[in-house]
Formats: sequence, structure tokens, C-alpha cells
Amino acid sequence: MSSTEFIQQLINGLSLGAFYALIALGYTMVYGVLRFINFAHGDVFMIGAFTGYYLSPRVLPYFTGGFTPLGPVAVLILTMLTCALLGIAIEKLAYRPLRSRPKLTVLITAIGVSLFLEYGGQFVFGADPKSFPELMPDRALEGTGALTITTTQLAAFIVTIILLVALTFIVKRTRLGMAMRALSNNPTAAALMGVNIDTVISFTFGLGSALAGAAGILFALSYPSIDPLMGLLPGIKAFVAAVLGGIGNIPGAAVGGLILGVVETFVGGSVFSTYRDAIAFSLLIVILLFRPAGIFGRVQVEKV
Amino acid sequence: MNYRHIKKWLLLAAIIISAVASQFSGAINAYYLQIIIFIGINIILAVGLNLINGYTGQFSLGHAGFMAIGAYVSAYLSTEHSAGFFRALGGANLFSVAALFLGVLIAGGLAAAVAGLIVGVPSLRLKGDYLAIVTLGFGEIIRVLIQNTDAVGGPRGYGGIASYTTLFWTYSIVAITIYVVVSLIDSTYGRGFLTVRDDAVAAEAVGINPTRYKVTAFVFGAFFAGIAGGLYAHSTTYINPSGFDFQRSIEIVIMVILGGMGSTVGVTFAAILLTLLLEYLRFVSGYEWLPEIIRRIAANRVIIYSLVLIALMLLRPQGLFGWLPRRGVPVGSARVKRTKLPPHAP
Repeated sequence: MSSTEFIQQLINGLSLGAFYALIALGYTMVYGVLRFINFAHGDVFMIGAFTGYYLSPRVLPYFTGGFTPLGPVAVLILTMLTCALLGIAIEKLAYRPLRSRPKLTVLITAIGVSLFLEYGGQFVFGADPKSFPELMPDRALEGTGALTITTTQLAAFIVTIILLVALTFIVKRTRLGMAMRALSNNPTAAALMGVNIDTVISFTFGLGSALAGAAGILFALSYPSIDPLMGLLPGIKAFVAAVLGGIGNIPGAAVGGLILGVVETFVGGSVFSTYRDAIAFSLLIVILLFRPAGIFGRVQVEKV
Repeated sequence: MNYRHIKKWLLLAAIIISAVASQFSGAINAYYLQIIIFIGINIILAVGLNLINGYTGQFSLGHAGFMAIGAYVSAYLSTEHSAGFFRALGGANLFSVAALFLGVLIAGGLAAAVAGLIVGVPSLRLKGDYLAIVTLGFGEIIRVLIQNTDAVGGPRGYGGIASYTTLFWTYSIVAITIYVVVSLIDSTYGRGFLTVRDDAVAAEAVGINPTRYKVTAFVFGAFFAGIAGGLYAHSTTYINPSGFDFQRSIEIVIMVILGGMGSTVGVTFAAILLTLLLEYLRFVSGYEWLPEIIRRIAANRVIIYSLVLIALMLLRPQGLFGWLPRRGVPVGSARVKRTKLPPHAP
């Protein structure tokens, strides 16, 4: 493999990893505050793509002339808001009443919610794949030599970086972010210090789901065929990314996503290309067996 | 007569009744007979999964994978190797067919049990959510492997399987499965499963090895699933990898949850109820007088599964048959210690 080819694969891998990273952040944040894996998260990503599909023809016509480039941004923001509301609603209706129950109960409910979104989506949107509208011209950038970088890849990179910076700011610098960190550290102490647990959990679900919605739009720009079951595989892979980075760890999820994307792309380009989708599962089993806390996670000792 | 003897007599009676009933199966409408056999197969699957999910407190989402192994192994053996077997036993008579069928069923069950062992080993280190995802992955991997095995037809499926499954075979195996699971849980050894579920740390402290129990549960559950797969293959005479997908696993999980995890009687009822309900939905989706939206929902089983799961967990986590007798503290019952905050390590 020549160095140009290597860099090309690396770029492709990182752009795939950016989607995984955005979805993985939602898994990891919810795990941080609730210690539970939100199975339905991958389906929020799917709803994001479909929201974009239905919003685009209704929103884009308002942006004409010099405002045209703002159209996709408006679609992105509206989609993120919709997904945030969906995430908050899921938590309120399905998970909140079960918070004091055993973890297995919540897990089963999450599987139920996931199946409901997938097959309810099939019911509402139809089972056949839909082609996502072209929000922006998709072409290769000029002046990159032998490398091919498309405009959608660039857009995905830029949006991901902006969202990551915004997320870091929210988590590190705002009161709600501080409350999130406090809750993740010790919920009892946080509650005693006057943190409103319900608000913080709602906020966390909203934030994670908004990121998944953004990932849905960006993913659909690069892979324009969308269907109601599209969230299943990226959802599971993003979960693997979150575990890889150390579940509950925000920078870990981003790094884990990028690593998974790169590994998958390199395997996909090698002789083992038919095993591409099996990589994530094999990786998950290996991590769980040898380093269950992930790359950045701290090993937790079970206390009696 | 004490309880232990009653169980043995009940087992014997169930086998005799199924043998007698089998003689009259010709009088039953073929469609109803098929449904009755499917009910039996689902009972075996659900009672087996209940050992893993209900009694041992694990969470397996890949039961259809074990069933697929049993179905394919037994179907392959009985189809490709029956000729030589019959030659050795002097032709296909009642005895040689029974010996062959029993043999391939057990072979399928053992193959599935080996897979259960392989899945069970990582489960020693994993709990709850992680285990669910890993078993889901294993189930899918098994299905993909079968899809890529040309000897059994790959994605085209495998047909031409002899129709050996009868009422007798199905229901005597149902009786044996229930007998084995109930006896196991009632035994001194079997109480270990409940201990591991209720408190793995305490179990370890009193000398019970949780790892061994978890793996044993997986091996037993997988074995019964393999046998059920064999019965299924020799009932439909055609099997297809997509018939053993995630949706099938979820179906079995729902039976266990409906029945109230950890109650063999409840799970048996739930398997009967759910199989009948799903069959009935086929008719509902054909009723012209119903509004179209109801017919479309009835045709889409998974929407119903998902709603059943959510509603059960919110309203009745102990299952529909939670009032039936069971061992130990029920999962998800009000007797489990309540904490208002999300569970955390301090």
C-alpha cells in the first residue's frame, strides 16, 4: 500500500469514524448518568435521517439567493431539535417510570423501544429504502493532489468538530454540564447538593439524541439510501466504539468511534473485506474479555 | 406419595398420553396439528431459555441461533446419512426411523450445547447489557455462518427433510424438558442457579461457583433449543437461515418474560398463549371488515412484540403469570430492594 493510498484510507476511515463518534457520545453520556445502555439510540439516529428527509423539501425553499448555504444548516438544527425532543420523550415515557426497578427491566424496555422505532418506522415511512435529498453538491475537492476528499466528507468533519467543541463546552463550562458530571460521579451526593436529577437526565438524553440526529443527517448525505432499519448496525457499532473508549467517558467515545471507523475501513480495503461487519463484534468480544473498562476507562472494583 | 414421585408419574403419564394422542393425529386437521406441534416446540424453547434468563438471571438474546444449529445439524444428518443407517438396520421400519430420529435430535442438541458452551464462556465476565449484546452478536454470527455454508443450501435454505416430527415426539420431549428443568431447579445443585441470580457475590462466599452455573445454564438451554430446532426442521421439512433471526429470539424472550421469568409453569402457559395469539393475528390481518390500520398492525408482528414488551415492563414486570408458584425472589418484583437513584458504585 502506497503512502497516498494509506492516507486516503485514513481519511475515509476518519470520516466513517466521525459518525460512529457522534452516535457513541449519546451512548456514553446516558451510561454516565444512568448506568444503562440505551438500546434505542441507534434508532434515534435513523429517525434523524428520516426527519431530514421529510424536512428538506419544506425548509430549503425558504432559503434562496445568498441564503442558500444556510438551508442545510437549518435542516440540521431542526433535525437535532426533533431528535432531542424524541430522546427526552422516550426517557420520560419508557425509562423514567422504571428508574427504581432492576436493570434488566429497563434493558428489556429499551429493546422494546428500539423494536418499536424500527418497525413503527417501517409502518409509517414504508419498508423500502428512500433516497435522501442532496442538501449540498457532492463533489471532490480540488487541489488535494492524488487524494480524494469529497465536500460531504469535509462537511461531516467540520460539523463533527463544531459539535464536539460545543459538547465539551456544555459539559465543562455550563451549570447543567457540571450537574451532569456530578450526577455521573455520585448521584446521591449530587441530589443532596440540590441537583435536579430528572432535569439533568432529560437534558442528557436530549443532548445525546441531538448528536445522533446530526449523525443521521451527515450519514445520509454520504450514504443517501435510508430505510427504517438503517440504525441497527451503526447503532451496535457505535456502542462498540463507546465500549472501546471506555463507556461513560466522553473523549473516549469520540476516540473509540474514530478508531473503529479507521479499523473498519482498512479491513474493508484488504483481502478480509467480506468480514467487515464482523469486525465490530469481534472487537467488542476481545475488549470485553481483555480490557472491559476500555482504553480510557478506569477499572471498577465490585464492592460488597 | 411424595412430590418427587408425583413428578415421575406425571412425566410417564404425559409421555403415554402423547403416544396415544399421536395415534389419533390423523383425525386432526393438518393445520391445527401443525400449530399444536409448534406450541410444543415453543414450550421447549421457552422453558430452556427460562433456565438461562429466568432462573440464572442472565440475559440471552441469541436463542434462535442455538435452535438453528440443532435444526441444521439434525436435518443434515437425517437427510444425507439416513440411507446408510437404514441399510445397516434392515430397512426403514418403525424402529429404525425412531432410532434415527432420536439420534439426529440428540446430535443436534449436542451440537447446540457445544455452541452454548462457547457462548457461555465469555458470559462469565459479562453481565446484563453487555451479555445481551454479545449473545445477540453470537446469534447473528451463527446465522451468517449458515448462510455461507453451501452444503446446507446457504441463503436458499435446506429442503427435502423427512417429516418425522409427530405429536408423540414433540410432547414427550416437552414433558422431558419440563421434568428435567423442574427437577434440576428443585435439586440441591439446582438451587445454585437461583443463588447466582439473586446475589452472585453471596453465592461465591458460600462456595458456589457462579461461572460454572452460568455456563451450565447456557449449555442446558442451548441443548433443549437444539432439540427444538430438530423437531422444527422435521416438522416443516424446509428450513431457512432467515427463520432463525433476531426476531425469532425476541419471540422466545417475550414468552419467558410474559410467563414471569423464573416460573416454568408460567412460561409454558405463555408459550401456548403467544403461539396461538400470533396464529390468530394472521386471520385478523385478513379480516376485511376491520379498519386497514388495525389489519396492517396485525400483519406486522414486531410492532406488537415491542408494545407488549414496553407495556409489560411498565405495568406488570412480574409477567402475566406472576402469581404462579416459583422459586426464590422473582426478578422485577416489588420484593426486590428499591433504590430511587440510578445504581452506581460509590
